[in-house]
Amino acid sequence: MIYLDHAATTPLRAEVRDAWLGAQLVGNASSVHGAGQSARRVLEEARERVAASLNSQPIEVVFTSGGTESVNLALKGLWSARAEGRDAIVLPDGEHHATLDAVGWLAAREGARVRAVALERSGRIPLAGFREALDGPAALATALVAANETGTINDAALLAGAAAEAGVPLHLDAVAAAGHVPLDFAAWRGTAPAQAGLVALSVSGHKLGAPVGTGALVVSRHAAPDPLLHGGGQQRGLRAGTQDIAGAVALATALELADAERDGENARLEGIRARVVAELAERAPEIVVLGDPSRHLPGTIHLHLPGAVGESLMFLLDQRGFSVSTGSACQAGVAEPSHVVMALGYSADEARQVLRISMGATTTQAEMSSFTAALVEAYSRLTSR
Amino acid sequence: MRVLAAMSGGVDSAVAAARAVEAGHEVVGVHLALSRAGGTLRTGSRGCCTVEDAMDARRVADKLGIPFYVWDFSERFRDDVIDDFISEYQAGRTPNPCMRCNEKIKFAALLERAIELGFDAICTGHYATLVDGEQGLELHRSSEEAKDQSYVLGVLNAAQLAHCYFPLGTTPSKQIVRAEAEARGFSVAKKPDSYDICFIPDGDTRGYLAEKMGMEQGEILDRSGDVIGTHEGAHAFTVGQRKGLNIGHPAPDGKPRFVLEIRPVQNQVVVGPKEALAVSQISGSRYSWAGAAPLETEFVCEVQIRAHADPVPATATLEGGRLVITPDAPLDGVATGQTAVVYVGTRVVGQCTIDTTVSAVPVAA
Repeated sequence: MIYLDHAATTPLRAEVRDAWLGAQLVGNASSVHGAGQSARRVLEEARERVAASLNSQPIEVVFTSGGTESVNLALKGLWSARAEGRDAIVLPDGEHHATLDAVGWLAAREGARVRAVALERSGRIPLAGFREALDGPAALATALVAANETGTINDAALLAGAAAEAGVPLHLDAVAAAGHVPLDFAAWRGTAPAQAGLVALSVSGHKLGAPVGTGALVVSRHAAPDPLLHGGGQQRGLRAGTQDIAGAVALATALELADAERDGENARLEGIRARVVAELAERAPEIVVLGDPSRHLPGTIHLHLPGAVGESLMFLLDQRGFSVSTGSACQAGVAEPSHVVMALGYSADEARQVLRISMGATTTQAEMSSFTAALVEAYSRLTSR
Repeated sequence: MRVLAAMSGGVDSAVAAARAVEAGHEVVGVHLALSRAGGTLRTGSRGCCTVEDAMDARRVADKLGIPFYVWDFSERFRDDVIDDFISEYQAGRTPNPCMRCNEKIKFAALLERAIELGFDAICTGHYATLVDGEQGLELHRSSEEAKDQSYVLGVLNAAQLAHCYFPLGTTPSKQIVRAEAEARGFSVAKKPDSYDICFIPDGDTRGYLAEKMGMEQGEILDRSGDVIGTHEGAHAFTVGQRKGLNIGHPAPDGKPRFVLEIRPVQNQVVVGPKEALAVSQISGSRYSWAGAAPLETEFVCEVQIRAHADPVPATATLEGGRLVITPDAPLDGVATGQTAVVYVGTRVVGQCTIDTTVSAVPVAA
């Protein structure tokens, strides 16, 4: 099997597994006895390491169960603590389902008004459109640092600056970006006033080679979202519940590994990606590479394959042992027409004719060469009739 | 051969897939998502498109060790089955959506994709048999009479039948299938059968139509054209229906009244005595042959007009591009839109969608 769905989840890295298993301690970090203190020390070290990787302060790092929880805590928490008289949420098109559905829930249950921001054809959030939506001012805004389907990278610093200027608190979803894009919470936040500009940033462990169930939300010390979980008051009262020390250590280790390897790994993946794109252009010129040609995640190749249903392509490739994705799938496992692709201006039919190939640490040039050949073969089979 | 097993999440398709695996075929399971907004949990015995049903199918595939996919046919299903269902009712006819699904989705859209992907056959849990006849493949009734589903497969043509595989067709009873599912450890062994229209999970067809089409009060007429009552929307009625007329006063002869005709344009419902339901001839321009076309343009047959109706002796004639069926004795409760399936013995010869009926009883003055 050749696994090319690293954006869905990437294998647990050996170094992370070792660190994770090594941190299975006796003791609750909230206990005051010696065992608790030892556990607490390991936990806070992990928090400091995560803070260092994301360039935030340790107190700002809230460990969560992953991306979905982080996004929900940020959006619902900021909504609940919003400034009086504000009722709009700035929501660019093409956000991840965790964001879409959380905002949808706030709209349905809480009366939040959604201010959509149309994307550029490249999948980027246009700064002018984003600024316009912030105006008013909105109760909060959210944006992807890098898009999970197209792989397009936004200019987080500019988006954060616009939010700061408008006086609107901003959440950045860095789940897909983490590892590949350097995350700099302090720089992006800059000198924004309290409750404005970048105030929260989500990351998830299992996209980086840490276990599923690990993640963090950076919450600025200058923001006070309401918690979703109430209980023992852990983590600034923002996320009650006994803290997962081993998970925190695993996340810290995965982030550090990604930081250390980023430049080399990005260059390696970008090289493989460029060869795949060139080969496809030569052998199947109808296939369109979606996303931004220059600012994209190096491991992500998002394709529109005119005339071939993604479900069928995926099936044929799966039979040959290649694991790729058609985009997001609903709970039953149905491939849906990608809302992200539709946000780029494609029709629902076209949005079914897509595949997302996402490479990772284990991906090799040889694998991608055989994959490209298999893809071209499957595509011509489905379109030659 | 390479077999694509359509798995609804029910016990029949589960056992059919298992038998296909056991027979040595290379089997892949597929569950069709037919609704975009499918429910999460199954309610009672109804529905077949919930997440729970997809999960049931997946767990059976896991047990069988076969690959399993969920494919989205919801748009095709909406266009070809649900919209057709509504527009047929709007036209005053009574459609059979399960047949439309077999004709347009399972053995058309799904079959096309299966062939495109290199499969030789589609396997389903239908109770019907395929027999190699002198003139090619023939579709026959199942050995299990009570469960026989050859009627809903009557719309299949020779090209489609060539890619069908019904492993349950020769099973003498449903109990055997359930016992087999139990023995194989399938969680669906005791799952209730589904009877209703899958996209109307609460079984309230009338409420569903009211919501989709809007209801407008109209007149109920007797056969002589006198207004004898009002209704809340003609679309919700079916020819032959007796209940729910709510006319409030009895007929002069004191006998129950039945729906004889629906006039969608005028929003009128015509009612009359049971005898007036009798139909001496049915016909349709939309017909097909389940396998080889009959050699004669007129032949003796049996006709069945509903999935659970008894077949009755008749003569079928092909004339002027129409399949005309004349039952030996008049038929009751025939609505246009229904499918008349023509049998010779146990063999399904063909079918037509009934678009015209001839009353056996002239209108009393």
